[in-house]
Amino acid sequence: MGEEMEVEDTKRLLCRFVSENGDKVGDMLDLPVDCNVEQLGLICNAILQNEEKTPYLFFVNEKEITATLIKALDPTKLNTEDVIDIVYEEQAVFKVRPVTRCTSSMPGHAEAVISVSFSPDGKHLASGSGDKTVRFWDVHTQTPHFTCQGHNHWVLCIAWAPDSSKLASGCKNGKIMIWDPQTGKQLGKVLSGHKQWITALSWEPYHQNSDCRYLASSSKDGDIRIWDVILGSTVRVLSGHSACVTVVRWGGSNLIYSASQDRSIKVWRSNDGVMCRTLLGHGHWVNTLALNTDYINRIGPFDPVKNNQQVRTMKKAQLKEFALKRYNDVVQSNGERLVSGSDDFTLFLWDPENEKKPLARLTGHQQLVNDVKFSPDGRVLASASFDKSIRLWEAKTGKFICTLRGHVQAVYMVAFSADSRLMVSGSADSTLKLWNIKNKKLEIDLPGHADEVFAVDWSTDGARVVSGGKDKVLRLWQN
Amino acid sequence: MPQNEYIERHRKLHGRRLDYEERKRKRDARESRIRSKKARTLRGIKAKIYNKERRNEKIQMKKKIKAHEEKKTKKQTEKTPEGALPVYLLDRNVENRAKVLSNMIKQKRKEKAGKWDVPIPKVRAQGDSEVFKVLKSGKTRRKAWKRMVTKVTFVGEDFTRKPPKFERFIRPMGLRFKKAHVTHPELKATFCLPIIGVKKNPSSPMFTSLGVITKGTVLEVNISELGLVTQAGKVVWGKFAQVTNNPENDGCINAVLLV
Repeated sequence: MGEEMEVEDTKRLLCRFVSENGDKVGDMLDLPVDCNVEQLGLICNAILQNEEKTPYLFFVNEKEITATLIKALDPTKLNTEDVIDIVYEEQAVFKVRPVTRCTSSMPGHAEAVISVSFSPDGKHLASGSGDKTVRFWDVHTQTPHFTCQGHNHWVLCIAWAPDSSKLASGCKNGKIMIWDPQTGKQLGKVLSGHKQWITALSWEPYHQNSDCRYLASSSKDGDIRIWDVILGSTVRVLSGHSACVTVVRWGGSNLIYSASQDRSIKVWRSNDGVMCRTLLGHGHWVNTLALNTDYINRIGPFDPVKNNQQVRTMKKAQLKEFALKRYNDVVQSNGERLVSGSDDFTLFLWDPENEKKPLARLTGHQQLVNDVKFSPDGRVLASASFDKSIRLWEAKTGKFICTLRGHVQAVYMVAFSADSRLMVSGSADSTLKLWNIKNKKLEIDLPGHADEVFAVDWSTDGARVVSGGKDKVLRLWQN
Repeated sequence: MPQNEYIERHRKLHGRRLDYEERKRKRDARESRIRSKKARTLRGIKAKIYNKERRNEKIQMKKKIKAHEEKKTKKQTEKTPEGALPVYLLDRNVENRAKVLSNMIKQKRKEKAGKWDVPIPKVRAQGDSEVFKVLKSGKTRRKAWKRMVTKVTFVGEDFTRKPPKFERFIRPMGLRFKKAHVTHPELKATFCLPIIGVKKNPSSPMFTSLGVITKGTVLEVNISELGLVTQAGKVVWGKFAQVTNNPENDGCINAVLLV
């Protein structure tokens, strides 16, 4: 009996729970080594005094605990005197089911579909195409809703206002139009001023201005313009880039980020248009930018889990506060992070609010990087490249995680599910592929398009994926 | 000569006559009549010079009218180009890749039937006497069972010759081909692609098995470098093409890809 007790004693370890940011939580615990993940989860929930049970992932020395505590530890280096820090990472409470089938293909566009986007509340779907129209689709019945004619060239980019009340679209002639998703009518005037085509559109985040009044647009002519969509006029022109501005992002902390083919990324103050800093490092065109707050800025006042009924009843000030709180939750640990992908086959990770120097240079791609996205929880970033692969990186440090191979041609775009557990990618090889971020494997192959897939979007509630491409049809994918 | 611009000065001081505009309008309206009368009544060299001048004027006027009309119509007919591309491909010269040619099931069905909708549906049948030349053998040249193929052939990589005693058909090295110039009908572009095999020679099944390539023969070519993909996202590599020229005469194989 006594011997048994001794054996038991040797199999105990001193542990402590540590959050992702390094904050120590609670006292030291004496845990048995064969303690499994569910038990750890229970203890962690109890220590953090969560009302609802939250799923967690646990890591010891950056190694995930998959079965029991002892299996994640290296027995040879194990020192029973030391306190073991168990890092816990919160997982999304809800779970997005992987999409497995094409529930409908929606023809209508007479030319290639260039951009598709779900509204932040997940109720509307819009697409822009080479046939000069913007179309709204009914998500539930999967039928066309409105066809908006007005542009006189290809509609290159579309962007939903964070309160889902407006959609902005930019065309190759440099005109921007605002549409009402409820009626399909144009709102206000045509915003004209850009001399060449529009490359990107970005709305002011909801937590700064709940009226959704200001819109930033970047153009091939090297300018960025901030528009007042209600007055239909330019508020400010930010010029400084010497070549085509490829992308513009309105950050959550009064900063606008823009990347250009002149190899630089510029940071502008949104309220007076002053250029704060220029981030240099890339050796070729900068193609894409992503913020770790992209998802939170996109969904604005909406909650992907709950029914968005309360949004209609609540006042704007309340909603703004709600959005601001959620934004602060995301940025409190390490601020707004920026990642840029370029034609020089590398990515750079920046801390644009404070520093001019990059935090990390992510190398490994063998072709240009076309798209990069942060996962909604901000832990992983995925980069899609013309070398047919997708690479996953740790968002905090820029450490390489793995390569996802499977596409046989250039990967154009990636989209994360709202719970960050899944990712979908669209490629020139006419397929979509669904990847599991947890085990880093191909979950399911989604063939169906007859030609290149130009645009992919995952709805904010996670139920649907939409894709559009050169074969002129829009496809909806569900589980 | 006037010593000063006194007329202008007067005009500045006092203005024009009150009915100036009216008189001017009437004079201008009368002008065309006066000119036409002049044209009618003039004689001789004066008439010649005047009419030449008038003709030139008319030509200029017509040209101007036409130019104005064109300017107006041009704006209406301005068309948006086809083949829309997303922003990230606009500044890159992406080559115009054809879409997936046809669906795989259909292709398989056709393959089974051995029939294709081909660009050249009817070809002249090649007789045995045309394709084969009799070779005499034996000590006294009396045996005549050997044949030499006089047309272009495709011989697979793994082919090994039989001993001369059993070798009934000789396919000369000089007429063996490995590559064909294949035109993509939608892209209107031609690629030099390696031949995988001879699928069907319409003249005779024996020619097919021998790999004889004549006009109208259906070849299988390796199109992996064209970068076409199937609906399931796999790279297509074998595809059929029909020969459009007489390779034995031209010294090269031209073919059209069957879509």
